[in-house]
Amino acid sequence: MIGGQVSLDRRQVLRGIDLTVKPGEVVAVLGANGSGKSTLIRALLGLIPMTGGTTLLYDTPPARFREWWKIGYVPQRLSVGGGVPTTIREVVASGRIARQRRLRRTGAADREATARALAVVGMTDRASDPVQALSGGQQQRVLIARALAGEPDTFVMDEPTAGVDSESQQLLADTLSGLVDQGKTVLLVAHELGPLEPLITRAVVLRDGFVCHDGPPPRAVGTHALPGHDHVHPHCAETPVSPLDWRPTS
Amino acid sequence: MIELLQFDFMRRALIAALLVGLVAPAIGTFMVQRRLALLGDGIGHVALTGVALGFLTNQAPVLTAVVVSVLGAVAIELVRERGRTSGDVALALLFYGGIAGGVLLISLAPGGSNATLMSYLFGSISSVPTEDVWVIGFLAVAVLGVVVFFGRELYVLCQDEEVAKASGLPVRFLSLLIAVTAALTVVIAMRVVGLLLVSALMVVPVATSQQLTRGFRSTMLLSMLFGMIATVGGLTSSFYVEVPPGAIIVIVALAGFVLALGLGRFVRRSRPQEANL
Repeated sequence: MIGGQVSLDRRQVLRGIDLTVKPGEVVAVLGANGSGKSTLIRALLGLIPMTGGTTLLYDTPPARFREWWKIGYVPQRLSVGGGVPTTIREVVASGRIARQRRLRRTGAADREATARALAVVGMTDRASDPVQALSGGQQQRVLIARALAGEPDTFVMDEPTAGVDSESQQLLADTLSGLVDQGKTVLLVAHELGPLEPLITRAVVLRDGFVCHDGPPPRAVGTHALPGHDHVHPHCAETPVSPLDWRPTS
Repeated sequence: MIELLQFDFMRRALIAALLVGLVAPAIGTFMVQRRLALLGDGIGHVALTGVALGFLTNQAPVLTAVVVSVLGAVAIELVRERGRTSGDVALALLFYGGIAGGVLLISLAPGGSNATLMSYLFGSISSVPTEDVWVIGFLAVAVLGVVVFFGRELYVLCQDEEVAKASGLPVRFLSLLIAVTAALTVVIAMRVVGLLLVSALMVVPVATSQQLTRGFRSTMLLSMLFGMIATVGGLTSSFYVEVPPGAIIVIVALAGFVLALGLGRFVRRSRPQEANL
């Protein structure tokens, strides 16, 4: 069964959030900068300690969770380390790590999965180039390919669209819709959805460490739908809004 | 070159130099990638206390150095894990403590003086006894074993700790493993270039080879080659010219870096898609 059951109580960033992701859902966590979106998904995976509450991955606490290959985590950006060059293929192949055993050599299945992942993001012919030479959008594609290579059931993506050119955004949307067709679960953090919007089945909007909307994705209306609109987020008005009477105003 | 091998001490020294040149850059590649390039220096300082402890307690200094530097490395890693900002200062405290402890303990040891420490601070490869060659060989195999056995996991860890965690890797164990392996390497290299220059062998060959390579694996392999060229080349030249081997080894390594810097520019220019590097 897929689904992280999270009720999490963190005084400063997240102040008591209940969130369950069900198998096959495509959930977008939305919210203004600093609303705790990234913190939420990192806490959910058990990457950062929680001050209260519990999180479960497939009904198991992260500390006892063993089936990490089921989860493909895509961090916000590629960390290029201390400057040691590394090729795109090496990074993507490292996505297999949760499926590999020590001393077992890289097998044909590993190589095929890596090649497939490279092909999906259109990086096959650049596989031997160092990742350091890539643009932000291209690095994002490499990160997604790394998660794809692990062939997980659930993808957890931290701002896959941030600072990404429109070509890469479209490619990301196509990749995601392929995953959705395969019945994969996706949980992603986004500042704005862009071309991803039609894929999202459920949106969770955070504000001040609380969930202020959980349900069908808010449709962009008026100026909000235009690229390059100013980032005033009407999802969460200044006055406390009950999720029930949540109404997007343009 | 052939006449070098006629001398027993030179044969031992060459073996030690080869092993150190091979091993130090291997673990060094992970340390550089993890932005812990100076970890070797820190452990080197702490190892000095271990050496002095050996003289004080009449144990082999190499063994006490292993114990103390492993403990020091674990301490450094735990401090690093706790906090980022205060960790910096805590590390500095550990470094000074290591040097001061070494000087203090050696003065307490019977017949010991700072001069005793000199051969450890700056290396004394030409006086390596046979049993030390065995110790170096054993530790070198251990370090290479770690790199082969855990290399894939260490790569992910050094790339991004959170991704490593989200892949289910034993992050704390692997972090300690790097620290301990680095400590072992420091002790191996201590006889060859000295504690003060140990880190150079872990970092300079890596910095050299990353000017020329595009991949992680190739960087590591090339840096191991550069490491061996530097140690053996330096040792050989110190046989003909009267200079301390440790110093000339590091100078050879640095000269290689300067060469690679120029060569790397040229190589990159011939790859148009990387012109933005």
